[in-house]
Amino acid sequence: MALTNEQIQNKLTEKFGEQVTAFAEPYGMLTFEAPKELNLKVLQFLYDDATLQFRFLTDLQAVHYPNEKGRELAVVYHLHNLVDNVRIRFKVFTDINTPDIYTATQLYASANWMERETYDFYGVNFVGHPNLKRILNVDEMDYFPMRKEFPLEDQTRVDKDDEMFGRGGSVN
Amino acid sequence: MSRPVQFNITPKPVDYNGHISIVDAPEGHMGEGFFATKLNEVVGLARKNSIWPLPFATSCCGIEFMATAAAHYDLGRFGSERMAFTPRQCDLMMVMGTISKKMGPIVKQVYLQMAEPRWVMAVGACASSGGIFDSYSVLQGIDQVVPVDVYVPGCPPRPEAILDGLIKVQSLVGQESLRRRNSEHYQKLLDSYGIQ
Repeated sequence: MALTNEQIQNKLTEKFGEQVTAFAEPYGMLTFEAPKELNLKVLQFLYDDATLQFRFLTDLQAVHYPNEKGRELAVVYHLHNLVDNVRIRFKVFTDINTPDIYTATQLYASANWMERETYDFYGVNFVGHPNLKRILNVDEMDYFPMRKEFPLEDQTRVDKDDEMFGRGGSVN
Repeated sequence: MSRPVQFNITPKPVDYNGHISIVDAPEGHMGEGFFATKLNEVVGLARKNSIWPLPFATSCCGIEFMATAAAHYDLGRFGSERMAFTPRQCDLMMVMGTISKKMGPIVKQVYLQMAEPRWVMAVGACASSGGIFDSYSVLQGIDQVVPVDVYVPGCPPRPEAILDGLIKVQSLVGQESLRRRNSEHYQKLLDSYGIQ
């Protein structure tokens, strides 16, 4: 019988109890959340269990929620069960002042570069990562571009006409 | 078994009627067995009709360059038959496509490896000014790292526009003074980019 979301949810709650929360199924993909200290334990459980077998890390990214104090940065793992073709999403939240998350590189080799990219753009510090440095941006950059407080545009331009971009300026 | 030929069955002799273009000789004094002219005109004539470009093609403009170099809009007609993919052997560096800030020092490194006389053509909006990508990661114009001679606007520019840019480079090359690369003005230009 195929692996259903309900079976996955039952197995998780039977192993971790109250610590896995916020079960939801947006567009049919089971999504849940756990405290950040447990992220490796949950990933390892999902990897090792004989019926769950989530052995493929599809994506690892972060989201910045500036309005939720204490839970600003969310790190999102997308896992895939190649045997039963089931995908789930697993989120951990962390405070923006201490953005330390345990690294998943021991379990998934693909997490290496994905965590570097998450560090580069959001500033999430992955504890235990072998080579945590910027991957896509310039090495000397001192801010994290995808956080909401930083503007998209290059700040060194002097010849842009703000009015044409709807910002009510005037031609320089 | 094979289909019979449907075209070019009775080939006609090609009628050129003077439609082959030949480069005109520069002005000079002609005589019996000799022709005297200025050195920089002859050198300019030779240089401008044999520009070997280095295609630094990064993104979409690179595809337009591929179309320009293909048979329909032939770039080889203008002397650029051989694309020198090494900076050591090229005259013109054509930067085509979006250059990110991480790529800026690499463009400069390639420019430094070119031998004098060298020219740079910025093809497309992204190479000229950053294009529509006004963001933290895109270099807003390669003239922030290398001196540029000709800018070809467009997103992407049509092959005819790239050819127009090449013709402008040809006119720059043909009229350049032989002493320009050693002049003070040029040294000051390179210093402003931090190039020795």
